[in-house]
Amino acid sequence: MRDEPDTSAIAIRQVSKVFGTGEDRVTALAEVEIDIRANEFFTLLGPSGCGKTTLLRLIAGFDYPTTGEIRLYGEDIARLPPYKRPINTVFQNYALFPHMTVGQNIGFGLEMLGRPKAETAARVDTMLKLVRMEELKNRKTSQISGGQQQRVALARALAPQPKVLLLDEPLSALDYKLRKEMQLELKRLQHETGITFIFVTHDQEEALTMSDRIAVMSKGHVLQIGSAHEIYDKPSERFVANFIGETNFLEGEVLAVDGASASVRLGAGATVSAGVPDGFAPKGRATVVIRPEHAEVVAPSGAEAFAGTVSNVVYFGTDTHYYVTLDGGEEFMVRRQNSRGAQVFDTGARVGVRVDDGAARVLRD
Amino acid sequence: MAKTRAPLDTKEQPGFRGVALFCLFVLYAPILILMIFSFNSGSIVTHWEGVSLHWYGTAIANDDFHSAAKNTMIIAITATIVSTVTATLAAIGMTRVKPWKGLMTAFMVINLPLMVPEIVTAIATLSFFALVAGKLGINLGIGNLIIAHSVFCIPFAYMPIRARLEDMDLTLEQAAADLYATPWHAFRRVTLPLLVPGILSGMALAFIVSFDDFTITQLVAGPGQTTLPLYIWNQIRRPMTPEINAISTILLMVSIIVVAISFLIARKRR
Repeated sequence: MRDEPDTSAIAIRQVSKVFGTGEDRVTALAEVEIDIRANEFFTLLGPSGCGKTTLLRLIAGFDYPTTGEIRLYGEDIARLPPYKRPINTVFQNYALFPHMTVGQNIGFGLEMLGRPKAETAARVDTMLKLVRMEELKNRKTSQISGGQQQRVALARALAPQPKVLLLDEPLSALDYKLRKEMQLELKRLQHETGITFIFVTHDQEEALTMSDRIAVMSKGHVLQIGSAHEIYDKPSERFVANFIGETNFLEGEVLAVDGASASVRLGAGATVSAGVPDGFAPKGRATVVIRPEHAEVVAPSGAEAFAGTVSNVVYFGTDTHYYVTLDGGEEFMVRRQNSRGAQVFDTGARVGVRVDDGAARVLRD
Repeated sequence: MAKTRAPLDTKEQPGFRGVALFCLFVLYAPILILMIFSFNSGSIVTHWEGVSLHWYGTAIANDDFHSAAKNTMIIAITATIVSTVTATLAAIGMTRVKPWKGLMTAFMVINLPLMVPEIVTAIATLSFFALVAGKLGINLGIGNLIIAHSVFCIPFAYMPIRARLEDMDLTLEQAAADLYATPWHAFRRVTLPLLVPGILSGMALAFIVSFDDFTITQLVAGPGQTTLPLYIWNQIRRPMTPEINAISTILLMVSIIVVAISFLIARKRR
């Protein structure tokens, strides 16, 4: 799983963070291991309280880990103050300096680095152009909209050309349409600048659409790291499968394991071949997940994985959700695109449920 | 269109207007009368004879008034500067540190003088300077008054500065540090400029408190250290003339101007 240390922009090594002492002890991060590659768009995804913001603050230097190392291209920076780290942050509330203009905000970092005035001025103009805000250079930050403040915050953090850019839920304050727009904008900026982005969010959709790789976190632990595809199609833990997208959980018994796949007899009747997480050898009882769009409702022929009765049909325009009560008693949801000519089933109809090859996964649990 | 009014609007309560007018009358009528009689041409405070600036002329030409005004300004300005600087440092030291055990105690120690009856502070200050003069033979003259004023002005300057620091968004200072500002630069370029309105309010408050202090000054002041409030106090023990009204009005104007200036600067920077 782990990359060679030298290729990592940021290497989080055995990082723990404990707040408080005695009975008030709270472990915010427990021996976290993450490798973030250069030039990638990396997302820390998890519900509030999972430790993602704590980890971001440790990388920025606003707080120090209780134990462990944070390496920036091999150098341990875990104990350096924030102003000595070539890492910049886009804050959730933007934290623009209210007594400065847009231009002064953007130039602040370079000025603090002691760059020549002319260079700073030129760079500020380049950044304004990059975020398409040229005409607002001399405005006070209180005189611009939320979306514009967001762009200024981005430009300000990018201006000193940091090695890593941290983004702390920067889109959460924007309305839906603007958020969609800024997602594309962020991808474009990351691509154009080639800077490593570490993005924190609790929004799984945002994480899936923007990230090269995602680390899913819960209760101070990193549960799974992988591309959007891997996280979505091959969740290894119940929490990951549940947190990201919708899915069907089925209980079963492991009959045999053959490398990366296991044969599992499900309580619902069928025996399926299910993928297994790396380095995991399931035995005994196990939970299998199947995504709703990886299954199909068909007229029963006896050859399908499951048989059951349609208990509910919900129409969504682009697709339809079929809720099927399997003969074993479990609820199973199937999502089907509404293409022309697709057979329609009504509530109460007897159906078979066909499962795509390779769709089932055993959870590590 | 429906009226958009809060369900319980105090202004709509019966008798509100009457109570409000009565309060305003009690508060401001005496001051207004004092100011009106400062323009009296006659020499009796309570008997109006005609409009004149005569008593302002008398006051301005009065050497005792000059020297009292000069003492007051020296004391008030020095005390304002010393107490505001001290209060600013104290406020920063108490809001920008990790919480420590004695923090609450320190906060109380700074603010306690506000609750101690002023006459107690006055007597304590007097005894202290008497002791210093007696045992060590040190008498700083007007310096005693400056020290006393500086000290009791600190909590007044402290309150608005601390309030401003507490309201300030801490992520701004983090953002500065994130953008390579050392702690000093972050303070100089972000915290301090944003703190200016609080500092100005603190200064104005300290100035006013020092400017019109009577109790402590009365006890601590030595010969030749008469301030304006003491001067007025001495004058009213003699037959009063509208000169007192004129001097009081000048005092009031200085207060109003100081407060107005600090208010305007603070608002402009917002």
